Amino acid sequence: MSILLDKKTRVVVQGITGSEGSFHTSQMIEYGTKVVAGVTPGKGGTDFQGIHIYNTVSEAVKNQKADASAIFVPPPFAADAILEAVEAGIKLIVCITEGIPAKDMTKVFNAIKNKDVRLIGPNCPGLISPGKAKIGIMPGFIHKKGKVGVVSRSGTLTYEAVKQLSDLKIGQSTCVGIGGDPIIGSQFIDVIKLFNDDPGTEGIVMIGEIGGSAEEEAAAYIKKYVKKPVVGFIAGRTAPPGRRMGHAGAIIAGGKGTAAEKMKVMKKAGIHVVESPAEIGIAMQKALLNK
Amino acid sequence: MKIHEFQAKELLKNHGVAVQDGIAIKKLSQFDKAVGALKKRGINQFVVKSQIHAGGRGKGKLYDPKTKELVLEGGVKFTTSEKKAKEYAEKMLGNILVTIQTGAEGKKVKTLFITEGLDYKTELYLSILLDRGVSKNVIMASTEGGVEIEKVADETPEKIIKVWIDPAVGIQAFHARELGFGLGLTGNAFKDFVKFLPKLYNAYEKSDASMLEINPLIITNDDRIVALDAKMNFDDNALYRHPEILAYRDLDEEDPLEIEASKFSLNYIKLDGNVGCMVNGAGLAMATMDIIKLAGGEPANFLDVGGGANKETVANGFKIILSDKNVKAILINIFGGIVRCDRVAQGVIDAVNEIGVKVPVVVRLEGTNAEEAGVLLVKSGLNFEVAKTLQEAAEKVTVVLKK
Repeated sequence: MSILLDKKTRVVVQGITGSEGSFHTSQMIEYGTKVVAGVTPGKGGTDFQGIHIYNTVSEAVKNQKADASAIFVPPPFAADAILEAVEAGIKLIVCITEGIPAKDMTKVFNAIKNKDVRLIGPNCPGLISPGKAKIGIMPGFIHKKGKVGVVSRSGTLTYEAVKQLSDLKIGQSTCVGIGGDPIIGSQFIDVIKLFNDDPGTEGIVMIGEIGGSAEEEAAAYIKKYVKKPVVGFIAGRTAPPGRRMGHAGAIIAGGKGTAAEKMKVMKKAGIHVVESPAEIGIAMQKALLNK
Repeated sequence: MKIHEFQAKELLKNHGVAVQDGIAIKKLSQFDKAVGALKKRGINQFVVKSQIHAGGRGKGKLYDPKTKELVLEGGVKFTTSEKKAKEYAEKMLGNILVTIQTGAEGKKVKTLFITEGLDYKTELYLSILLDRGVSKNVIMASTEGGVEIEKVADETPEKIIKVWIDPAVGIQAFHARELGFGLGLTGNAFKDFVKFLPKLYNAYEKSDASMLEINPLIITNDDRIVALDAKMNFDDNALYRHPEILAYRDLDEEDPLEIEASKFSLNYIKLDGNVGCMVNGAGLAMATMDIIKLAGGEPANFLDVGGGANKETVANGFKIILSDKNVKAILINIFGGIVRCDRVAQGVIDAVNEIGVKVPVVVRLEGTNAEEAGVLLVKSGLNFEVAKTLQEAAEKVTVVLKK
């Protein structure tokens, strides 16, 4: 099994005619994702590799029954694109766009928080249910179908962890990159709840970063409710305070959000915390054996 | 992005916020004119304030850049004498200010803010920032003004009061009343605070600030609320729509290597270690720094070359890493998902040939065409340590550091 996404998910790509949007649409189709429509305002009526393009998301929903959206529009227009997808009734929105102003995302987050919609990202690689479908920019071939769920704030570091798992013949149920921004639609805790409830997921890898307190909140939840083995890593132990380490959300502010603090809380919650990012795969292998 | 106090005050003033009045100067020759203008505004006591992008200025020390001798204690000086003010200005401008936040090397004072000296009875604390936990802006206030807020938060957290602002509704009068009563304000000071706060919040909101701190916020002897200091940071992602704020950028306050890197769209942060690293992706870059430390080295930098790692980005990355003389080895860690590793490898080989890299280079390329990449690196005849896994890369770093 998998969470959020499978072979039946009907995806509309917002920003399908842009360079990122068109390239990754082809990649997603190649992987097996059911891309049913594209949206580029002003290009309605044209098509991309046989996929019909609409002016609005609501037209794509009406005509092609799209139920998930992949957003590749540039940062100034991305918040608007998310809200348009929500209004059109899309239930799963994956926003890849990097560089959206925090103020815009604050508005979006508060506007949608009580609605029946799941936003992944922004500034994320997306999500993949190996062997089934992917919505995002991750390389499909490193993944392997299986029973470990992966949730991470990062992109390439997630690929690293996935590769380690696949090399050890540990497949993945679903891998979710939740994004590196301070304001994101889904937190660790949201995805971990889904993995915990998914009978097809037997173990969870969680890869955090310095900044914020989302890892601590997830740890509290795991301690209370999760019986499946969880392996954790926090990137940025050597990061200096007060500097934004690439991701807008990866910053130690006012002495809070350090890697050491997060790792301590996670260990206390019974998570198998690895010191080195090279040990993520092996730690999961051990944890599954001792289950 | 950070800006100076005098710039923050100008921005706040433009939004109708009551700030301590002042004039910024860059040369001592501008001093008399500035003070003359302030005197015309009825000001007869002055504060001379060093402008650098670091806190703790008041308790900092000024040193002569050549002789390294101590010139003045305190980077912010109050005086009622115009003559004395000029003396202070002379001792600050062009000298090095060392504060608890600058590190031992300090920062050169290139601008002074000559301001009015206000008589006040109370110092308060006020700040606005994004609370990631609830995805709303939070306004924090405290009666403990003039001290570090982290200290207050640690020792007497009950003395910090907070209100959260719903972005759809914005700031309302009740928010201001809640904080005003919470701070124990009464009479005209309370009334003034209730007018002050929404203006301050709107200045923060409209300018896409990520942090605004007024410490101290004062109640003057005549019961006015005035921002005596102002510190503002801005959301880099929103600068595209604020050319007026981008104009405040002071390149003198930034690391020259970081400025150079940003020209090539490289995300570089200089650190103090001995192993340089070049990585694609911020999370993997942080993880690579961590593994360097575990391998017995210290990361010399954070460098994210982004999604398109090609010959140019790799060459520019090398140049920037190597201009740091502490670098004894370099670790390249690229996970090629969409990027092809053989192309990255060719980029690395070309760059090393072109620049003449003398320090050992550990290369780990994983993902699409990783094997072809390994063959290219070995065949190049250059001095690469090729690693297949992250673990192996760490071990090779340990080995080359011991050589």
